[in-house]
Amino acid sequence: MPSKRPVIEITDLVKSYRRGGQSIPVLENICLKIEEGEFLALMGPSGSGKSTLLNLIAGLDQADSGSIRVGDREITVLSESELARWRAGHVGFIFQFYNLIPVLTAFENVELPLMLTRLSKKARKSHVATALSLVSLSDRMDHYPRQLSGGQQQRVAIARAVVTDPTLLVADEPTGDLDRHSADEVLQLMDQLCTELGKTIVMVTHDPRAARKSHTLKYLEKGVLTDAPQIAAPECL
Amino acid sequence: MNLLFFYSLRNLLTRRLTTALTALGMALVVFVFAAIIMLAEGLQKTLIDTGSYDNVVVIRKSSGSEVQSGIDRVQASIVETQPEIAMGQDGRPMIAKEMVVLITLEKQDAATRSNVVIRGVSPASLALRPQIRILAGRLPASGASEIMVGKSIATGFKGAGLEESLVFGMRSWRVVGIFDAGSTGYSSEIWGDVDQLMPAFRRPVYSSILFNLRNTDDFETVQPRIQNDPRLTVEAKRETVYYKEQSEAMATFLRILGLSLTIVFSIGAVVGAMITMYAAVATRTAEIGTLRALGFTQAAILTAFLLESLFLGAIGGCAGLFFASFLQFITVSTTNFQTFSELAFSFRLTPGIVIKSLSFSLIMGFAGGVLPAFRASRLNIITALREA
Ligand SMILES: Nc1ncnc2c1ncn2[C@@H]1O[C@H](COP(=O)(O)OP(=O)(O)O)[C@@H](O)[C@H]1O
Ligand SMILES: [Mg+2]
Repeated sequence: MPSKRPVIEITDLVKSYRRGGQSIPVLENICLKIEEGEFLALMGPSGSGKSTLLNLIAGLDQADSGSIRVGDREITVLSESELARWRAGHVGFIFQFYNLIPVLTAFENVELPLMLTRLSKKARKSHVATALSLVSLSDRMDHYPRQLSGGQQQRVAIARAVVTDPTLLVADEPTGDLDRHSADEVLQLMDQLCTELGKTIVMVTHDPRAARKSHTLKYLEKGVLTDAPQIAAPECL
Repeated sequence: MNLLFFYSLRNLLTRRLTTALTALGMALVVFVFAAIIMLAEGLQKTLIDTGSYDNVVVIRKSSGSEVQSGIDRVQASIVETQPEIAMGQDGRPMIAKEMVVLITLEKQDAATRSNVVIRGVSPASLALRPQIRILAGRLPASGASEIMVGKSIATGFKGAGLEESLVFGMRSWRVVGIFDAGSTGYSSEIWGDVDQLMPAFRRPVYSSILFNLRNTDDFETVQPRIQNDPRLTVEAKRETVYYKEQSEAMATFLRILGLSLTIVFSIGAVVGAMITMYAAVATRTAEIGTLRALGFTQAAILTAFLLESLFLGAIGGCAGLFFASFLQFITVSTTNFQTFSELAFSFRLTPGIVIKSLSFSLIMGFAGGVLPAFRASRLNIITALREA
């Protein structure tokens, strides 16, 4: 159906955790295609493996079997250090608790991922300025995280996630720790990143309001991915 | 990676109290370390400055120092005939046959007595030691019961002031002069005519012979000739070497003491740094996970934490050296181990000591930080991120 090749293609992904000599399956034969510029929301009960799936897509974890292709890269075969380099260039992270570095200013937090690129100091500065103006926090660039509200911190984190112009943005419950107003702002911003800048976003959420902002909704339950909670899992083609 | 540098530094500055306390522990160790080698350095410098390179000291073979040495008049006159001996401005050879004895004198602060070197000198003795200046009075006249005293003696002992009298060797000696010999050992000596002092102490032999070389290189010819002469049982050394050897035992003792003390203390400081750094890793686990997620490598995390610990060491090292530098204003007076006489010297801070102390503090920082830094770098990213 799609004219273009999907930007992310997951095939037969299996992941289990080992606990006390016992293997606990978390993801069973997951298949998923994500188009470029798509805003996908992943819902499901707690402990169903949403974060595990997101971490695998983001190259933070190693799968047991199956493949994950992002862009034209098969990331399941990459080594630890190759993955680190790949993440630096291709993935932007948005966390539930913002995860800003407390001893660095907003500006420096956003600059951090650029330290892993070859950009000059001047180029870095202009990238950071652009990213901060995108989240409307240019006037707060010298503030430390503790001087910012939760919503502002999350917007700085979004600026940090987009500053390297990554292929993919991953967000694990980005509104989970925010009040309704801040959550709306953050969701508005993510929607804008997708529609105006064409970013591909994968978001794990519990929040139905967040889910409503997305283009595609997937449910994960007992390690199986479905389009809707009542529909059984379709076979991979 | 300058942002990483700031990251490490600011983390230290953020937890000010912990940093200050940990650094203080290291500072104390560096202080002790620096103080003791400064002491050894000061002692050695004082003793080495006492000698000059172109002077040759002759003492009895394997006697170790002037005090234990004895050279009879026959041997002394053989040494006197060596052609390498320089001529003084007065046309006489620059050679001094001297006698050294130790006596105890009552100190100015009453109760205690201390050993003092009495040196019987020849007319050339003063010219052989250019660092000596007469501060007050005059030289003792030859043939008279007169003495001159070093600056430290004049102020430190009873009856040693100008125009006063000291009683020793069963005679009374009038102090006619006070001399200054800088920071050398002579400042703690009493000088009189050797021909008066030898009979007074009933000593038939000289203690040592000191002469000046015509040419510096002549030492290479005169030393073997003196030492191989079958009529002589003496050894000849450059004066600087003689005094360096004199200070070696004490300086080595101090250095070993300093090193053993600081190694023991440093274990405590290193453990302190290690606890601090492990705590830092524990409280910043989520932060480490975040940095790793952003693409920072294990090596970068290792570097950041190691850098933090090295900074900690550097802060401690600088603080320790800062406090130790004030010791330079203190003059200590101690017993010279070779002669058991009083010797005044100062703590001496040299660039070498600064480098040694700072390296030592960095080593402590490294030792304390290496295990925590490894732990930080090997954290599992996902487990670390869950700590948020
Ligand atoms: N490191 C781990 N070791 C063992 N079990 C784990 C680990 N991480 C996650 N799990 C388990 O895997 C399942 C899925 O976890 P997760 O992906 O975090 O769920 P979700 O994000 O949907 O709440 C849970 O049952 C969880 O206990
Ligand atoms: Mg989760």
